[in-house]
Amino acid sequence: MSLRPRARETTEPDLHMGSGSAVSLTSVSKVYGAGAEAVHAVDNVSLDVEFGEFLCLVGASGCGKSTLLNMIAGLDKTTNGTVEVRGGRPTLIFQEPALFPWLTVERNVDLALKLRKIDRADRKQVVGSLLEMVHLTGFGSKQPHELSGGMRQRVAIARALAQQAEILLMDEPFGALDAMTRDLLHDEVERLWQDTGFSIVFVTHNVREAVRLADRVILLSSRPGRIAAEFPVDIPRPRRIESPEVGALATEITARLREEVKHHGVQT
Amino acid sequence: MAYRPEPAPFEEELAGLDALEVKTPRARSRARRIWSSLWPKFAAVGIVLLVWQILVWAHWRPKYVFPGPGAAFRSLWDDVANGRILRATGVTMERAAIGYGIALLIGSAIGIAVARVAVLRAAIGSLITGLQTMPSVAWFPLAIVVFRLSETAILFVVVLGAAPAIANGLISGIDHVPPLLLRAGRVLGARGMKAYRHVILPAAFPSFLGGMKQGWAFAWRSLMAGELLVVIGGRAGLGFTLDSARLRQDYPGLMATMIVILVIGIMIDSLLFGVLERRVRRRWGLIEATS
Repeated sequence: MSLRPRARETTEPDLHMGSGSAVSLTSVSKVYGAGAEAVHAVDNVSLDVEFGEFLCLVGASGCGKSTLLNMIAGLDKTTNGTVEVRGGRPTLIFQEPALFPWLTVERNVDLALKLRKIDRADRKQVVGSLLEMVHLTGFGSKQPHELSGGMRQRVAIARALAQQAEILLMDEPFGALDAMTRDLLHDEVERLWQDTGFSIVFVTHNVREAVRLADRVILLSSRPGRIAAEFPVDIPRPRRIESPEVGALATEITARLREEVKHHGVQT
Repeated sequence: MAYRPEPAPFEEELAGLDALEVKTPRARSRARRIWSSLWPKFAAVGIVLLVWQILVWAHWRPKYVFPGPGAAFRSLWDDVANGRILRATGVTMERAAIGYGIALLIGSAIGIAVARVAVLRAAIGSLITGLQTMPSVAWFPLAIVVFRLSETAILFVVVLGAAPAIANGLISGIDHVPPLLLRAGRVLGARGMKAYRHVILPAAFPSFLGGMKQGWAFAWRSLMAGELLVVIGGRAGLGFTLDSARLRQDYPGLMATMIVILVIGIMIDSLLFGVLERRVRRRWGLIEATS
């Protein structure tokens, strides 16, 4: 089992060349319920996530962001259309850390390895290096409740990394954290992403956060969730959330988002 | 293999924030902790003994019918010294262990089955709760008819008393597993039996423990009733000792046996289940580490 991170700049991307994208959604729709009461959560979304891409989905409430992620993760079935995922089962990080309260930090991470049937002898070392990656060395024997919210979320990230998935799905992972912790976790996630070469699909309602992190921001409309616009982000990394470039693009996207929401109000 | 992240400017800030946010448990010596949890119990026992003694002094009942604590504890000391009470306790505890053990197995099996299979839940889910409300003494006439005056009759009623509570604890534990943890487990690849082993059962454990504790209380009550009603030659448990003290008009002996029964019940409840429960709650962060 190797945990050696692939540096984005140095590894050969042609590993995946020709095999298409990491995630391909083709005309995906999701309808909850039936008949007159049916709710179209997601309507006809087609989207490709490139290998190694950091993609952010933003939108107002009811745009089906979480539904999309759940379908990519395989936790939810599509009503129509297809979801193709390459490079193994994706891993999902929730808004809540969702750590198991009866296990220590170490054992939470260890469980992910155990479920992948990694030898006990190898696991200890891997757990150690995963905790080191999220800067939690020395906290392994703590119970989750002894840590702060931000630290718990980093344990959740370490646990997700333990799955060695190549696709990381994040569902508003920092929504419940204070601003300072969130900024630091942006740095952390960006660094992990650069070191590992993951593809990341990151859902958020915070437009600035999306611009801070993403290669590409997808704006979704609400009820039904459709792709309203797409914004490539060419701001060089490392970025700061308070930088004027990030602010300018965020303002542009927010204006567009408001338009979507307003338009929705007129309809109903 | 060892992964060394390159130092980044944010790392020092991160480490500082972590240090500020981690809870540091207040250190308090073990002896102090034990003492602070014990003295109220000693005080309570002292008050009960005092009230008992006052009743005796006030001649509430004739002294030979209602002996004071002094006579009761002298009798207890004699019974301990001549080994009678220990033999009776041994017989009773053996029955308790076997009966409770069987109840634990059956209760857990039924609990998992009912939690998993919707049809079973519809069929017997409410029946289990119904069984729990049935006073277990009411089973004895039937048990005696079917199993005669035998160990089986006693065990039958003990199991019927304890198993529903244990099953119910497990069922409600499984029902209340947070859906988020289930989803997290599924993302990690815990499906089917693995989900039970790694997510559902551990998550249900606090409630299961509550059921086990309640089951023990029911088992102990059923067992005492059983030992009073079902007398088996050569197998004198505490219940029999209690009743024979009454028949022999050995009222200090009766009081002494009651003390033993009460103390065993309390010890198992607080020392075994109480300690387990506190450990689980502390680990889960449901109580402060210092309390």
